[in-house]
Amino acid sequence: MKMDIVVTVNGRKYQASIEPRLLLSDFLRDTIGLTGTHVGCEHGVCGACTILVNGDSVRSCLTLAVRADGMDIVTVEGLGTPDHLNALQTEFREKHGLQCGFCTPGMLMTAMDLLRKYPLASDEEIREGLSGNLCRCTGYQNIVAAIRSVVSLRNGSAS
Amino acid sequence: MKPAAFDYIAPNSLEAAAEAIAAANGDGKILAGGQSLMPLLNFRMARPSVIVDLMHIPDMSFIERRGDTVAIGALTRHVDLEFSDLIAQKLPVMAAAMPHVAHLAIRNKGTIGGSLSHADPAAELPMLAVFYGATIKVQGISGRRDILAEDFFVSALTNCLDPDEIVFEIGFPVLTSHAGWAFEEVARRFGDFALASIAVSLEILDNRIVDARVAVMGVADTPRCLREAEKALTGAQGGSKTAARFAEVVRACVSPESDIHVSAEYRKNLIGALAERAFTTAWTRAVGAKP
Repeated sequence: MKMDIVVTVNGRKYQASIEPRLLLSDFLRDTIGLTGTHVGCEHGVCGACTILVNGDSVRSCLTLAVRADGMDIVTVEGLGTPDHLNALQTEFREKHGLQCGFCTPGMLMTAMDLLRKYPLASDEEIREGLSGNLCRCTGYQNIVAAIRSVVSLRNGSAS
Repeated sequence: MKPAAFDYIAPNSLEAAAEAIAAANGDGKILAGGQSLMPLLNFRMARPSVIVDLMHIPDMSFIERRGDTVAIGALTRHVDLEFSDLIAQKLPVMAAAMPHVAHLAIRNKGTIGGSLSHADPAAELPMLAVFYGATIKVQGISGRRDILAEDFFVSALTNCLDPDEIVFEIGFPVLTSHAGWAFEEVARRFGDFALASIAVSLEILDNRIVDARVAVMGVADTPRCLREAEKALTGAQGGSKTAARFAEVVRACVSPESDIHVSAEYRKNLIGALAERAFTTAWTRAVGAKP
C-alpha cells in the first residue's frame, strides 16, 4: 500500500509516494535527503527529531509521514544558512550552546516554538521548556544562556 | 525501530471510522494525536493490521460553552486547552494542570480524546475528567452513548469502550464560580508522568466547607475520586489542623504500588503532603485571597 503526499519543507514542495508506516523523520532524512533532523530514541523521549509542522514543534519520529500531506514543515535547514544564521543560531554559537551537536537541531526547533508561545521570563521557565530535549554532553547551561540571550534581545528591541 | 506494515484508513466521518474499526475485528487501532500510540508502533509492542486515522473527520476540535458545561471535541490538542481563555475562566484546575502534560512538542499533537482513551493512570486529563465528573461521549456502529468518567477507566491503560467505539466529545461541568481550587503534582522531571497528583475544590458558606471535590492519580491503577476525603472536609473550616487531618484521610484512602521510580511508602507520603498543600491553596482561594 503506497500513498501520495505533497509536503512543503522549508518553502519547497516535495511530492512522494510512500508507505503509510513511514515516519516523518525517515521521510525527511531518507526520502528527501534532509539529514539535519536527527533521530535519537525513536519513541518521543529525546527530542532530537523535533521539527515545526504548521508552526508547532512536533516529534517527527512520532508522526506518520502520510499525516503531513498538505502541511508546511520547517526543519533546521530552514532556519538560516551558514552565512546568515538566524538570531537563535547566532546565540547558540556566541554562547557555546552546542558541543557534539547531535541534540542541537531538536534544541533549536523546540526553542523556536518556546520563544513564540511563552514569555520565558526566568531560566527556570526555559529549563522546563527544554525538559523534553536531552543533551548527552549535558551542555544545558549554555543552551539556556543562548535562549536567554534571544529573549533579552527580543525584549530590548520591543521597548 | 520502525512500525510494522499496516493498512491506513482516514475516514471523513465518525460513523465511517466506527465502521472501519469494527471491520478490523479487534486488530485495528484508532489514531488521534499519536503521542502514545506511535511509540508502541515504533517498538512494535502494538502491531495492528489497520490504523484508522481520525484526523480528516471535521468538527472534532473545539472548546465551547454550553450552559453549565464546557464541551470539548475529542481531537482538541493539549496545547489548545493550555492556551484557551474559556478553559482558564471556567475550568481553572484543568488550566493549571495542562503545563504539566508532557512537553510542548507532545502537547502540540496529543489530544484529549486520545489521552482519555489511552487511560494512563498517571496522566492528567483522565484525572481531570474524574475530578470534574465529566461525561464522555462515544460513537459506535450502533449509535452513540454517554459514559461517566468514573465508569470509563477500568484499570491501567484500559477503558470500558467496546472495540468499535470512539470518543468524540467530552463535557466538563463548570464548578461554581466562587469555589476555591488547587492542583498539585510531583514528577521526577517537569513534564514526566506524575509520581502523584491531587486536585481539590472547596465551596464555602459562612466560613465552612459545604461541598468538596477531591481526585488523585498516580496512587492507583486508575485516577480516583476520594469520596471519604470529600466527606471529611464537609463542615470543616480552614487552618493547618484541617489540612493535616485531610492529609491523613487522603493517605488512608490510597494504597499505591512500588515501581521503578519510587516506593509505595514514598508515594503515600507524597500524596499526603500534596493534599495538605492543595487544601491550603484551595481554602485561600475560596475565601477570596490570592494563594
